[in-house]
Amino acid sequence: MTEATGIGAAVKRREDLRFITGAGTYTDDLNQPGQAYAVFLRSPYARAKVGAVDGSEALAVDGVLAVYTGQDTSADGLGDLPCGWLVKSKDGSDMVSAPHPPLAVTQVNYVGEPYGLVVGETLAVARRGAELVNTEFIELPPVAVLGGAARADPIHEGLAGNLAFDWELGDQAATDAALAGAAHVTALEFANNRLIPNALEPRAALAQYDAVSGEYVLRTTSQNPHLERLVLSAFVQIGPEHKLRVIAPDVGGGFGSKIFIYAEETAALWAAAKVGRPIKWTAERSESFLSDVHARDHLTRAELGLDADGKFVGLRVRTTANLGAYLSTFASAVPTFLYGTLLSGQYRTPNIHVQVQGVYTNTAPVDAYRGAGRPEAAYVVERLVETAARELGLDPAQLRRRNFIQPQDFPYQTPVALVYDTGNYQAGLDRALELADYPGFPARRAASERAGKRRGIGLSCYIEACGLAPSQLAISLGAGVGLYESGEVRVNPTGSVTVFTGAHSHGQGHETTFAQVVSDQLGVPFDSVEVVHGDTGRVEFGLGTYGSRSLAVGGSALVKASEKVIAKGRRIAAHLMQTTPDNVAFQDGAYRSGNQQKTIQEVAFAAYVPADYPEDLEPGLSEKAFYDPKNFTYPAGTHIAEVEVDTQTGAIELVNFVAVDDFGRIINPMIVDGQVHGGIAQGVGQALLEHGVYDEQGQLQNGSYMDYCLPRADDLPSFLTDLTATPCDHNPLGVKGCGEAGAIGAPAAVVNAVTDALGVRDIAMPVTSERAWRALQGVAGEGV
Amino acid sequence: MQPFNYLKPSTLTEAAALHRQADEPVYLSGGQTLIPAMQQRLSAPSDLIDLSGIAELSGIQAADGAIRIGAFTRHAQVAESAAVRSAIPALARLAGRIGDAQVRNLGTLGGSLANNDPAADYPAAVLALGATVHTDQRAIAAEDFFQAFFETALDHGEVIRALEFPRPRRAAYRKFPNPASRYAVVGVMVAEFDDGVRVGVTGAGPCAFRAHGLEEALNASLSPDALDRVEIPHEDFNRDLYASAEYRAQLVKVMAMRAVRDLFDP
Repeated sequence: MTEATGIGAAVKRREDLRFITGAGTYTDDLNQPGQAYAVFLRSPYARAKVGAVDGSEALAVDGVLAVYTGQDTSADGLGDLPCGWLVKSKDGSDMVSAPHPPLAVTQVNYVGEPYGLVVGETLAVARRGAELVNTEFIELPPVAVLGGAARADPIHEGLAGNLAFDWELGDQAATDAALAGAAHVTALEFANNRLIPNALEPRAALAQYDAVSGEYVLRTTSQNPHLERLVLSAFVQIGPEHKLRVIAPDVGGGFGSKIFIYAEETAALWAAAKVGRPIKWTAERSESFLSDVHARDHLTRAELGLDADGKFVGLRVRTTANLGAYLSTFASAVPTFLYGTLLSGQYRTPNIHVQVQGVYTNTAPVDAYRGAGRPEAAYVVERLVETAARELGLDPAQLRRRNFIQPQDFPYQTPVALVYDTGNYQAGLDRALELADYPGFPARRAASERAGKRRGIGLSCYIEACGLAPSQLAISLGAGVGLYESGEVRVNPTGSVTVFTGAHSHGQGHETTFAQVVSDQLGVPFDSVEVVHGDTGRVEFGLGTYGSRSLAVGGSALVKASEKVIAKGRRIAAHLMQTTPDNVAFQDGAYRSGNQQKTIQEVAFAAYVPADYPEDLEPGLSEKAFYDPKNFTYPAGTHIAEVEVDTQTGAIELVNFVAVDDFGRIINPMIVDGQVHGGIAQGVGQALLEHGVYDEQGQLQNGSYMDYCLPRADDLPSFLTDLTATPCDHNPLGVKGCGEAGAIGAPAAVVNAVTDALGVRDIAMPVTSERAWRALQGVAGEGV
Repeated sequence: MQPFNYLKPSTLTEAAALHRQADEPVYLSGGQTLIPAMQQRLSAPSDLIDLSGIAELSGIQAADGAIRIGAFTRHAQVAESAAVRSAIPALARLAGRIGDAQVRNLGTLGGSLANNDPAADYPAAVLALGATVHTDQRAIAAEDFFQAFFETALDHGEVIRALEFPRPRRAAYRKFPNPASRYAVVGVMVAEFDDGVRVGVTGAGPCAFRAHGLEEALNASLSPDALDRVEIPHEDFNRDLYASAEYRAQLVKVMAMRAVRDLFDP
């Protein structure tokens, strides 16, 4: 049994039957008797004073139930949407938080910002009503472009400027000295392009309030329903935590964008109580483009110093990070603690100093998105290393080898706070070079040139910090919550098992993977284990899914709970076998003592029907556990991209992509491979296709699929993937996390390949065909 | 979407009468542009006159030296038509690469031409092949049909009945698609007739056009190299996030060169 379904088995995802047959239950599939519909009033301007909002014409439409504005939520005492991570500037001062009411009250600060909502009997009526609301706006000059935004007039009234924080990490003096004494310094200036997440399922909410019980229920597209409940009760103060239930049913992707506590879901819940009717809201795709958080958007200058032997001596990084108009839930942590701490990469760089200025602009808020800070860090390090190798005439693989942290160096203390637990970077690089046929590249390049094309190859040896996060460390760095995870393993009287986890699956396959883990721990059939998640009414507590944390933290909590179950069962089994617990061994689902045996199912029955039972033991066989990680986990790997460029049009074809990753121990290799493939697709998207563009007036230029280019199957080759493994040494499963690696490693690999093909030092992402063509012409462009 | 009257006439005469009687009527052909516009509430006609029931708008007939395609013919039908593939294979291939399978199964030849999207594929073919646009009122030459950005020679209420494409000696179409929309950033059809070469260009400008400079060069020498030195005027070319006017000019030349190459090596 455990051979086919246990840890390490490529079990088919049990959730896929409902997903691929259309039987999934997403928020928009749910309905409540008597529900009304909400349509949000959104700012058409990037920055404007909100004057009178006249809803009289809308209210005259038959079926329009209410028109609410920020004035109403404010009058009801609804609190601001908080940022959950307090970052301190280098002078010791707290970051500057701009007030963020769920619905704008006096001023709107980005196009699409909600300032009100119309509730109608039907969606069509609510839409008609929204079109009839007359709002007076007094336009104000926006600051929509990141360059220069820090010095521009403040966009928020009452703030001194647009700088939210000026953060640093590392030893500046030592780094400056190291660079001054370096034999060679490679410097690059580049942007990390703004991305728009685009989960397949748009955000949605079905909100209801029961005036008799006083209970609120919010069904919504959330990656972390318990955190949503916590924020809605403690900060927004919609209702008390015990009267508030948040349910995230099937969720169609998130990539981080559904971590956050948004205005619309919040306002819908408040309005449901106000009108005394359940309220449904589902975002249109154009709303998603405007109002889901965006991602990345950095401007960076980075310098890498090397000594005469090609050893790295220092890395200096100056980054301006666009935060958008407000600080979203985890916005401040992403360009700081999830970015600056990763700048050591896979290398022994003795001196690193990073400074990050977080800046407000009149654009949609920016927060975590697949990789969250780590793709930006990997891009800085891996673009610099590749460029340094080219400048020095060294093989980029060889330069990396010369600087890798060696297997005997672990645990390795970096100069930017982290302690890497385990790794073998050389092994990953070697395997990737083999899969990519690195030695055969010159011949392939020659063949391309004979066909009139340019060919390039690029490496990226990324690292990430996953398994967020040791709570004490996170809280000492400004986190407003712990980052442990909870789990419960409930053995039912008949011996089947119901598992409750605070992690949330929105595409990751937890219902399969977590069942594999618990079935393996307890020695029970895989099919007898059910995984429950995503409901604060059923699961005790949880911090949710992001940062590749679910298995490393949530899975570990389940191991801990399983161990408690096994320990209690041992006492019951010992009693049944008339011996003492220390004489009882547990293996493969059975307790044994001498030639006696009790299966865990028999023990469970005894626990619920305690006819013959230890006097000092409670009945039942259900245990809870919280697991707080001791350290981050450090997945790492080597990605290699190979591209061919059409010299006449600049069109770039990604002809090969190799990913060799070290995720520690693998529970389900098929799911891991799926995660890697999806991550690479998004990383390639950032490198070649995706870019959220605002014009100077703060209007989003590509808020639809006609203009915003997501990667499609025909943009991608079949990836070659493989794994190396150095198990994590501080969690019980030895796992590291795999969800973000592709998005972290791929952009630098692709751009390194493109610059190699074009023979240029740098090129901006996304590398459109025109950018590549201009690079080949050696001509400046119209800014395309 | 706003409420509207849905009407389905079975003859062109009936369609025209319904159009005259309505406040703000719109003809519905394949609906691949109109329906999304209505869903986004950018278009709110009072009456939607569905042309799908009019038999005389359908059918593909090959005659000596030309092929006549009914306006309501779907892109997929053009792509799969044995008659089109035999008479003008480049036209069938062009139709087979419009949009995606869903668009091709619904979108129609007449609907695309009446809409005159500057990035649509068919206008390049109509111009390069010197097609005649037959309407319920008259025949319009290709050169006179496409007038400006989303503007055609069609009068208010006038309906395209069929397109008549003269059969060239050979023709080829090359498209450089927008990576997001997959519409043509630039599309070029080159067609060789007994009396010379015609080149139709779509995507590059506000409206499809014939590239006379390219035609002159190809009439002098029908080879890719003949286009090497040709200047492509691009002052009024389109500019967007993916392609500047200058880059579009380069793509016009390259797509034309590749289309010429295809003439000899289809």
